[in-house]
Amino acid sequence: MADKSSANAYWAANVRIILISLAIWFVSSFGLGILLRPALKGIMVGGADLGFWFAQNGSIYIFIVLIFVYAWMMGKIDAEHGVEE
Amino acid sequence: MDQFTLNLLVVGATFALYIGIAIWARAGTTAEFYAAGQGVPPVMNGMATGADWMSAASFISMAGIIALAPAGGYEQSAFLMGWTGGYVLLALLLAPYLRKFGKFTVPEFIGDRFYSGGARLVAVVCLIVISVTYVIGQMRGVGVTFSRFLEVSTDTGLYIGGALVFIYAVLGGMKGITYTQVAQYVVLIIAYTVPAIFISLQLTGSFLPQLGLVGSYAPSGGEVSMLAKLDSVVTELGFKAYTSDSPNMFNMFLFTMSLMIGTAGLPHVIIRFFTVPKVSDARSSAGWALVFIALLYTVAPAVGSMARLNLTTTFWPGAVTGTALSAPALSIAEIDSNPNLSWIRTWEKTKLLEMADKNGDGLIQYFNEPKVVADAGKVLAAANKALADAAADADKAPLEAAIVEAQAAFDAALTEGKLGDKSLAELGFKGNELTKVDNDIMVLANPEIAALPGWVIALVAAGALAAALSTAAGLLLAISSAISHDLIKGSINPDISEKSELMWARIAMTGAIIVATYLGLNPPGFAAQVVALAFGLAAATIFPTLMMGIFSKRINKEGAIAGMLAGLVFTAVYIFLFKGWFFVPGTNVYPDTADQWFFGISPLSIGTIGALVNFIVAYVVSMATKAPPAHVVDLIESIRVPKGAGKAQSH
Repeated sequence: MADKSSANAYWAANVRIILISLAIWFVSSFGLGILLRPALKGIMVGGADLGFWFAQNGSIYIFIVLIFVYAWMMGKIDAEHGVEE
Repeated sequence: MDQFTLNLLVVGATFALYIGIAIWARAGTTAEFYAAGQGVPPVMNGMATGADWMSAASFISMAGIIALAPAGGYEQSAFLMGWTGGYVLLALLLAPYLRKFGKFTVPEFIGDRFYSGGARLVAVVCLIVISVTYVIGQMRGVGVTFSRFLEVSTDTGLYIGGALVFIYAVLGGMKGITYTQVAQYVVLIIAYTVPAIFISLQLTGSFLPQLGLVGSYAPSGGEVSMLAKLDSVVTELGFKAYTSDSPNMFNMFLFTMSLMIGTAGLPHVIIRFFTVPKVSDARSSAGWALVFIALLYTVAPAVGSMARLNLTTTFWPGAVTGTALSAPALSIAEIDSNPNLSWIRTWEKTKLLEMADKNGDGLIQYFNEPKVVADAGKVLAAANKALADAAADADKAPLEAAIVEAQAAFDAALTEGKLGDKSLAELGFKGNELTKVDNDIMVLANPEIAALPGWVIALVAAGALAAALSTAAGLLLAISSAISHDLIKGSINPDISEKSELMWARIAMTGAIIVATYLGLNPPGFAAQVVALAFGLAAATIFPTLMMGIFSKRINKEGAIAGMLAGLVFTAVYIFLFKGWFFVPGTNVYPDTADQWFFGISPLSIGTIGALVNFIVAYVVSMATKAPPAHVVDLIESIRVPKGAGKAQSH
């Protein structure tokens, strides 16, 4: 860690990615899976309505992708700020 | 070879494997005992986390909980999202920073970050309450699985399970547990997915159960979707539609959130991320853990819905191509003569299924009794019981009169209660005759229902044991390291040598196994309620405190302690109000029914509110007291960057 301002910049970049990721996490589970389900009844994923599918399968796939994308982006940001292991 | 011998062989072979791994992976240092020497590759740690996480409840019960929920299978999606979404929180908010911190236990981080032995002690108390309540269920799961598949008593099963965990957990600590869990994961996931693939092929023609869930129902020609077929069959029989909306969306939201933040706050899950070599590994390892967990969790709703449909069409053969009531129900003669239906009698013996031919027509009618019939049936059963229980010399006339009256009311209810547009009296039914369908049968009997070979049944037995044993071992490690590292080394005797700390870790592990086995043998009456407590407390105490410790430089010792205690007391009291003080039956202040819950929040969902209470109290108290000292601010800055994460230090 070179200096304080670069440390702050690294942390700010991390927090920004976390907030975006959490927004996706929330929308895919609580949003599409629960709150918006009644409104989206007409859209079907095969034999299930969109909300049902997100609640039972879809959100879990999104979670997996989300974690790997976060890990990959953080790896890049670590390197950019020179804080990688 | 008969099924029993096969079960014994397959289970015996997996046990030999676990013991072999334990001998190979002995722990020589505290770093190996607590954190597997921080040398576990992230993919392998993900697999071990999967086994650690997926308990007897996930393996045996979850699909059935979803399949048979009275309010429909959709509402139970809370378990699927909650028990997976927590890993996103772990990967983003906790795991990498706690790995950078580089020590062995959750209370140790809380103690250092909040520069307070008191905070560490409160964390130890929360950890022990959470983990001990959780481990009881696992030990019961081991005993029950043994008794079902290996013809030994539940108690004998518990002793065998306890002895096996003793061998590999005391010998190998986290190192032995980790590599055993990898093997256990492989066993349990094969055991879960093989029957699922077969049932999916039979019902939907899809090889992947995940596609079968949204696929079409093959036996009737594939014109309707599997879920639509399930909905139409169960609603015809008076059940709620499988995909119906949650009657209490607000509570479902809070319940899902409680399970998510509870998952992220469970100590035995968090410590798994101390075992990987680097901070970046902690991030990706959470992803791998979720991949391995998702292999079961995305299959479970398919297993649940398909097993429910399969069970219903087994008892209503007409439902396969037409409506359920278009043909007579399954006959008892058929059950006893058709070898493909022998599983019904097998599982009747274990009391997971119960039948009663109430109208004496030789057929078993399975349906959901209309409320008038169910209520009148209860009154009639009570009247009959009163007569049966009466003393020999008692005056029986009024009791007999009560039965006649109850019988008349019941007969009237049969003409009033309807299935579709016909009353039960018109249909000739006298009540539901499949009187018990246990949740667990949806997974346990699946291979037999699908007529799979005997080795698959044996594999399910081994898988259920693997799921329960691996979770028990992870919990026991969390408990024993809190005792030897946080209590003995952390406060009682800080100068203890490495060698004697390792010895104490083994003694603590032995003690924890003995206590867990004892509690498994004599489960407190509240065994079924404790999962709510474990998740509620993890959500309300550990998760918020860890998160604030990492993301805020301002939360101080006073705030953290006040927040944890407030979260703990608030959550526990809310649960006790409805479940009884310390779960003692009859001491609950309010009946545990939806109309009594404050704002419709069930005691299972209160962890979310408890976490909010923790956050708010911690913030307010911290603002009113002195900011943390400079060395703590340095600590926070150091855990926020990955650079410099080395081997964990024991000091």
